Amino acid sequence: MIQAVEVLIQAIPYLLGGAVLTVAAVAGGMLLGLLIGLPMAVAQVYGPRPLVWLVRTYVWFFRGVPILVLLFLFYFGLFQLFDWNIGALSASTLVLGMTSGAYQSQIFRGAIQSLAKGQFRAASALGLSDAQAVVHIVLPQALRLSLPGWSNEYSILLKDSALAFVLGATEIMARTQFVATRTYQHLALSLAACGIYFILTWVGVRALRLLERRVAVPGFGNQEAR
Amino acid sequence: MTESPILEIENLSKALGGKPILSGVSFSVRRGEMKVLIGPSGGGKSTLLQCLNFLHLPDAGRILLDGQAVDPRQRKSLYAYRQKVGMIFQDYNLFDHLNALDNVSLALRKVKRMPRADAEARARAELARVGLADKERLYPAELSGGQKQRVSIARALAMDPQVMLLDEPTAALDPELIGEVLTVIRELARSGMTMIMATHQMGFVRSMADEILFMQEGRVIEQGTPEMLLDVECGSRTLDFCTHLAEFESGGGE
Ligand SMILES: Nc1ncnc2c1ncn2[C@@H]1O[C@H](COP(=O)(O)OP(=O)(O)O)[C@@H](O)[C@H]1O
Ligand SMILES: [Mg+2]
Repeated sequence: MIQAVEVLIQAIPYLLGGAVLTVAAVAGGMLLGLLIGLPMAVAQVYGPRPLVWLVRTYVWFFRGVPILVLLFLFYFGLFQLFDWNIGALSASTLVLGMTSGAYQSQIFRGAIQSLAKGQFRAASALGLSDAQAVVHIVLPQALRLSLPGWSNEYSILLKDSALAFVLGATEIMARTQFVATRTYQHLALSLAACGIYFILTWVGVRALRLLERRVAVPGFGNQEAR
Repeated sequence: MTESPILEIENLSKALGGKPILSGVSFSVRRGEMKVLIGPSGGGKSTLLQCLNFLHLPDAGRILLDGQAVDPRQRKSLYAYRQKVGMIFQDYNLFDHLNALDNVSLALRKVKRMPRADAEARARAELARVGLADKERLYPAELSGGQKQRVSIARALAMDPQVMLLDEPTAALDPELIGEVLTVIRELARSGMTMIMATHQMGFVRSMADEILFMQEGRVIEQGTPEMLLDVECGSRTLDFCTHLAEFESGGGE
């Protein structure tokens, strides 16, 4: 027991260093997912047929294949094939981002489709171009409506990021394993990892909840439902 | 009066879902005129008004503004035309995430490229014109139906339209709120705005309409001044329809 505490105290800074990498991978993944998912959602709702079809294929692919398989496919497969030498952490971030992009596109698509169509027509009637209507009318509302789904996606991606360990990225899970195999304190170290993941989830979800309140508009969306 | 018409509609046709909705609608509108569309629900009034702004692309026919045919396939000319033709919808269609001031000023900034300060000054003036000077900070959800419709009128007016299209602007309103919106529209007509308006507010039509177009099954089947079409002796279909409307409204137990 005492030994466990000693190991823990010594290991905490090392584990927290892993947490920084985890956060980097998840933040990068969320951001990349946003950059991929938002245009895909717009394309799926407003785009021409071939584009809709392309987006649908993308989404089906990333939703249909386990992340673990995707990590192997890209890191040991495609990136190698094209001689693209990036680190395990960067590779994991990319794969997490591409996967999240598929899920995020569906969050945004749902939000866009839930908006009243009349506002788009009103914007057109004022002389706004379709692109302007999307940027100034559709997206500000759709993004607000997407925040709860986005927060959910964050907590999922955070947990998925633990898989980066299999590529050798030295994130939380990998470091937990290093220390545990050396010290045999599996239970204590696993609990520590649990604690770190839990705190990261809580902080992220909380922050997004605050953001949701900050951008809330009276009588709009779901802020009054709670 | 030999002045040329501001808007000419020639042979407009439109099918939706394989069904003809408008069949060869033609009429022209003089500057400052108030044209009223009346007719049974499903007769094509909304479709016609939306075609007049190319929210629906007509299948056939032409629209001329100031003698110039509009080509909706050319984006530039389409967006320019839409700025000149304001549209008011039955269900307001305010931008839900923007307060009254931003609802009115957005298109000034993004379409007319006005600096924010100028756009807001103009928006304030338009809100004052519709009697909402003190409501600029309120969001659509915080406004009554009548106030929302007045914001939407201010939003259209801010673009300096030459023609306004109004699609049953009071149909979604509680009876006690209809008056405030009609008052604004009446003022607008008096100030010389050209308008095409679908409405069944017969008191308003009798006093304000220069001409009534009675629409049924996608055609204008009667056309004339209120005196011509609503005289008790005239035997017009318009009168027949309006009489039934009045009976329904007085006898209807809604
Ligand atoms: N998008 C659409 N697809 C198919 N039919 C439509 C569509 N929009 C309207 N219609 C039909 O067009 C007809 C005319 O509708 P509308 O122009 O709204 O008439 P009004 O405004 O006079 O009540 C109705 O029969 C309606 O069902
Ligand atoms: Mg209608």
